[in-house]
Formats: sequence, structure tokens, C-alpha cells
Amino acid sequence: MTDRDQISEAEHHEHIVQPGTYLAIILCLLFLTAATVGAAYVNLGRFNIVVALAIAVLKATLVVLFFMHAKFSPKRTKLVILAGIFWLAILLFMTLSDYVSRVDYRGIRYPMTQNVSAILPNRG
Amino acid sequence: MHRTGALYGQFNTLEQQKDTASLGMWIFLVTEVMFFGGIMLAYTINRHTYFHAFAMGSNTLSLKLGGFNTVVLLASSFTMAMGVWSAQTGKQKLLTLFLTLTIALGFVFFGVKYIEYAQKFHHHLVPGRNFDITYCINNPSKCEDMDAAELDIERKEIDEAQAADPDLNAHAQLYYSAYFGMTGLHALHMVIGAGLLFWLLRNAFAGIYTPVWNTPVDIVGLYWHFVDIVWIFLFPLLYLIDRHK
Repeated sequence: MTDRDQISEAEHHEHIVQPGTYLAIILCLLFLTAATVGAAYVNLGRFNIVVALAIAVLKATLVVLFFMHAKFSPKRTKLVILAGIFWLAILLFMTLSDYVSRVDYRGIRYPMTQNVSAILPNRG
Repeated sequence: MHRTGALYGQFNTLEQQKDTASLGMWIFLVTEVMFFGGIMLAYTINRHTYFHAFAMGSNTLSLKLGGFNTVVLLASSFTMAMGVWSAQTGKQKLLTLFLTLTIALGFVFFGVKYIEYAQKFHHHLVPGRNFDITYCINNPSKCEDMDAAELDIERKEIDEAQAADPDLNAHAQLYYSAYFGMTGLHALHMVIGAGLLFWLLRNAFAGIYTPVWNTPVDIVGLYWHFVDIVWIFLFPLLYLIDRHK
């Protein structure tokens, strides 16, 4: 063993997440799963999907922070995670903003729903 | 090269070495986020465009089986996290136990997925020339797993959806393509994860993971939790579109 190995052993102080934390997180996740199924049976109109995705984001956050130890990771790792989420936001936001504001060459507004066949008699 | 936790020349401490390994895994997981993100984006656009067909298709999925699988997968993430804790605290027997439990729960997930897929094949709900969204309501004797009340609900839903969307049969295939594509890719990730877990288990029985060096357990754990997160989004997206009818 070199001196450097001994130093590194002494400096090895990894944060260990305890079983109690894991147990609390899994119980939260199971509760949120029941909540998302329950919410799906309530008619919230267009907000059903918003509630479902909000709960999914909350669950994913719990998994990332505690099961994946992101809360106890170095800042560099946190930066990579946040950068990934930021790029995903660009992908989703810019593509969807294009889709919701698009009027195509036939003057049909997105969503090009089932009425397309009525407007274009030659289709199919 | 046999890696047993020696400190490599480019690192100052073992902690730094392990953080670097985690960072590399996170960068890979970010590319996976973009991969699944793009697929979910395409799904969202189609779901918005052909809402009636997607809602109809979603309601043919079994919420009991899907919900059960969600619980199974969350539980497997918990056992994986406990496996990481066992490795970090040097409890080698517990590590093999938790890895075995994680693999077992993974296989329960595959089993339920098999039941769900088989039912869709049975009901002619697999995209292709034999796809027929009205198969069960026209051939009730062939769909013996559905009772009269369920068939009545399905007939009513198909009639309503067809009134809004005359091309329902074509657009419903889009939903099932997305369903098989997304759950199939997710299952493929789980197969790879199960393979990695078997490899960890073999090494864990050999007793090579110690509190000083357990990087592979940690890294495979990150991957397994990521696959869990994908399912956390797939479940509401695919199963819970329009349940409140």
C-alpha cells in the first residue's frame, strides 16, 4: 500500500442512505401510484393529463434524489442531471410550441383531426 | 483487467474515482432520457391528434395488470436500493438476497407483460393486417375473458369513438404501435438490466463487493432505477388516458 492509498482510505467518506429513508420513499411512491390511478377516474377534462404527469414528475424526482442518491452527489453530477432535464425541456417545449401554433398549407390548424377526410375528398 | 478497487493514477481519492464512474453513468442516462423523451414526444403529438382512437385503445388495457406491474417495479427499485446499502455497509449475505429479490420482481414484471401481450394478440389488437378494433364485440365467443358487461362498455366506447373518427381502426393501430413500441423498448431495457443483475449476483456470491469498493452495484442500481422512472411515465401515458368515462 502506498501513502496515497492510505490517504484515500481516510478520505473515503461516502454518504450512505439508510434503509429507513428507502422505506419512506417506497411508501410515498406506492401512495402516489394509488393517487394517480384515483385521479384518473375523476373527470378533470383537459387537466387529467396535467395531474397524471405532475404526479409522475414528483415520483421520478423522489427516485432520482433518494434511490439514485442525486441529493448526496457532487455538484458536477447534479449539473449533468439538470442539463439533461433542460435539454429535454427544449425538445418538448420547442416541438410542441411549433405543433400547437402551426397552420399548414391547406389552412388546416393543428390538430389535423379526423375532419381532414371531409376537407380533402381525394384522400385515401 | 480485474478491478478490485485499486486507486488508479489519475484520481486522488477512491471517492473521486467512484464519483467519476457515477458521472459517466449519469451522462449515459441523460442520452437515454433524450431517447425516451423523443419517443414520448412523438406519442404525445399523435395522442393529441387522434385522441378518440388513443383513448379507446387505452381503455382496452387492463388497469389491474398495469397497476400491479407498477407496484412490482417500484418494489424492485426498493430492493435494488437496499442492495446498494448492503454493499456499502459490507453485508454480503443481504446483498445476494436483495439482488435475488430484484431479479425475481423483474421476472414477475415480465410474466405480467406476457399475459398482457398475449391477450392483445388473442383479441386481434396487434397492428397489422389482422388488426380489428371491433373483433371482440363482433366475436364475443372468441374473447371468453371478457364478460357481457365489459363487451357492452367496449361496444359503446367504439361507437362513440367511431362517430368522432371514421378512421378509428387505422388510428387505433397507431396507439397499439406506440403501446408495443414503448413497452417493448422498456422491457428490452429490463432484460439488459436483469442480465447485469445476474452478473452482479455471481460476483456478490464470490464476495468481491466491499464497503471500500462496490462501484458496479451502484452503477447497475442507477440503471435499474432509471428503467423504473421510464415506467413511472409510461404507466399514466398509456394506461390512464381516459378512465373516467
